[in-house]
Amino acid sequence: MSTPLLKVEDLRVTFNIRPRGAWPWTPSIPLHAVGGVSFELEKGETLGIVGESGSGKSTVARAIINTVPAAGGRVLWKGDDLLQMDPHKRRQHRQAAQMVFQDPLAALNPRMKVGEIIAEPLITHAPGTSKADVKRRVGELMERVGLLPNQINRYPHEFSGGQCQRIGIARALILNPELVICDEPVSALDVSVQAQVINLLSELQRDLGLSLIFIAHDLSVVKHISDRILVMYLGRVMETADADTLIERPVHPYTRSLVQAVPIPDPVVELAREHPVLEGDLPSPLNPPSGCVFRTRCPLAQPSCASERPAPQQIAPGHVSYCPITAGEREVARA
Amino acid sequence: MALLEIKDLTVKFETNDGIVSAVNGVSFNVREGDTLAIVGESGSGKSQTAFAAIGLLARNGHATGSVKWDGQEILNLPEAKLNRIRADEIAMIFQDPMTSLNPFLKVSDQMEEVLTLHRGMSRKQARAECVRMLDAVRIPDAAARITMYPHEFSGGMRQRIMIAMSLLCRPRLLIADEPTTALDVTVQAQIMDLLRDIQAEFNTAMILITHDLGIVAGSCERTMVMYGGRIMERGTTAEIFANPTHPYTLGLLDAVPRLDRKEDTLPTIPGEPPDMLRGFRGCPFEPRCPKAIERCKAEAPALERVSETRVRACHRSPEEVA
Repeated sequence: MSTPLLKVEDLRVTFNIRPRGAWPWTPSIPLHAVGGVSFELEKGETLGIVGESGSGKSTVARAIINTVPAAGGRVLWKGDDLLQMDPHKRRQHRQAAQMVFQDPLAALNPRMKVGEIIAEPLITHAPGTSKADVKRRVGELMERVGLLPNQINRYPHEFSGGQCQRIGIARALILNPELVICDEPVSALDVSVQAQVINLLSELQRDLGLSLIFIAHDLSVVKHISDRILVMYLGRVMETADADTLIERPVHPYTRSLVQAVPIPDPVVELAREHPVLEGDLPSPLNPPSGCVFRTRCPLAQPSCASERPAPQQIAPGHVSYCPITAGEREVARA
Repeated sequence: MALLEIKDLTVKFETNDGIVSAVNGVSFNVREGDTLAIVGESGSGKSQTAFAAIGLLARNGHATGSVKWDGQEILNLPEAKLNRIRADEIAMIFQDPMTSLNPFLKVSDQMEEVLTLHRGMSRKQARAECVRMLDAVRIPDAAARITMYPHEFSGGMRQRIMIAMSLLCRPRLLIADEPTTALDVTVQAQIMDLLRDIQAEFNTAMILITHDLGIVAGSCERTMVMYGGRIMERGTTAEIFANPTHPYTLGLLDAVPRLDRKEDTLPTIPGEPPDMLRGFRGCPFEPRCPKAIERCKAEAPALERVSETRVRACHRSPEEVA
């Protein structure tokens, strides 16, 4: 098998948190934001990462592009470990992996003109580029993402949320990256504009052969754009499968609850659906449950769930669930 | 008789950049036990309609028209009189439960105040009633947790506290402004479940303001779609979703990705939401409407009754739109 574009193995991220009201000499507490996440991403593939707030999905993205330090594991970019890479080589990787952020207006410097914002990565990473080339490239990209080239001298506040997100996308694309990580790119946008940005992203992905990591809490959006989906809860992977399988035949109890909790905008379907409500809240990541982190809210939890961290269960090729209980149940159903 | 009767409500804000017409001639009724969803994108005027009705507009806002509560005119009533009705008969839940609870006060203090003020209860009676209400919104161990501060609760729990607080005086109308937007999906399901149960138990009428069509589908009998400060269409939720007759409703329903559907490209509504500073001569949706004709530019369509339950505002006929 060929090497995947990106391979993440047992990635861990730990933040040191000062306890509340702590004395200066009190040791800080480790918060395991990401506790061992593994996945692969092929060229041209879109991986969706879903999870509720605090599930660690954004932290995974940040660890991949190295804006937060990883505490353990490996991030292999075309076979090279990014975490061990020397700074010069890592800089090259930075050009190949770009990020699009959630709040489009906050992500753009309010004192810079749109043209400058889009050109900035190019000028930083390729300082020798001539002014004319930069301008031509910026113009091309603005057109590509659906902005008018004559808006090049405007400031971010003159644009609507959807247009700002287009600027963010243009900026991410100017270095011809191979991987674009989108962290909640549409959750701040209105429904009608959200659809435009989703379409733009999938179009760009197809035309430019990009790999996408699409992080969102909205399962309907993630399902629409992704080839494969990774479901996270409290810093751990719960289940991963191709998008249709994950939605239609989820195995892990958390994925099932998540799918059932997403309302469908059609009263006929919605009122006929079963809605078993998942009780409780996300436990504190400072003090996660032992064994399976989901067990405190899991409708199928058994005493054994508390003792052992669940091992990955292969349900089908490409479909992995981290729940030994439902994996067995499925085999019974099949037999 | 209608509980809440809003007629020709108009809300204008004076800003440094000019006058913003946030709501333009909105009329609707809410009956006892009714559930009405107001759906729209940001800037559609959905929240301002509710704020104006119960006198919570920002200082630079000005409302005209008529809002009748139980047959009595309440629009622009003085604060003191409005306070008799607010909390007592009309309660409101806001989007962000953290900013609507006072962070300096214990939950018990904030909740008891409602009852001692509006119902003249003693602290002790009030405490008992508050604990009962927190139990009703399924906060575990309510008696002990009532003395905690808002920051000690999770987002979902805070929203439950807000709901409990709003129900203390057994209001006849509950206005929920994006009650689950700040919450995770599984918690959203819990809160919507709770609101449905409470609605059934206390027979409270509810206005649910949201941008999420999925929530509307599962919890409201009637739906009103707003855009650019105007009503585009209103009808029973079943009708609106199964047979939308307004180009905006149609576009909106298509633009939402659905979990139970596979589509390659999402149909979109071209363009951007309107700039409310500009004001409109014609239909606010005209610049983005695929069915627009010359007339739409010049003249705003009036709200027309199509059937017993249904009104719409569009120059094109339902057949031309569908």
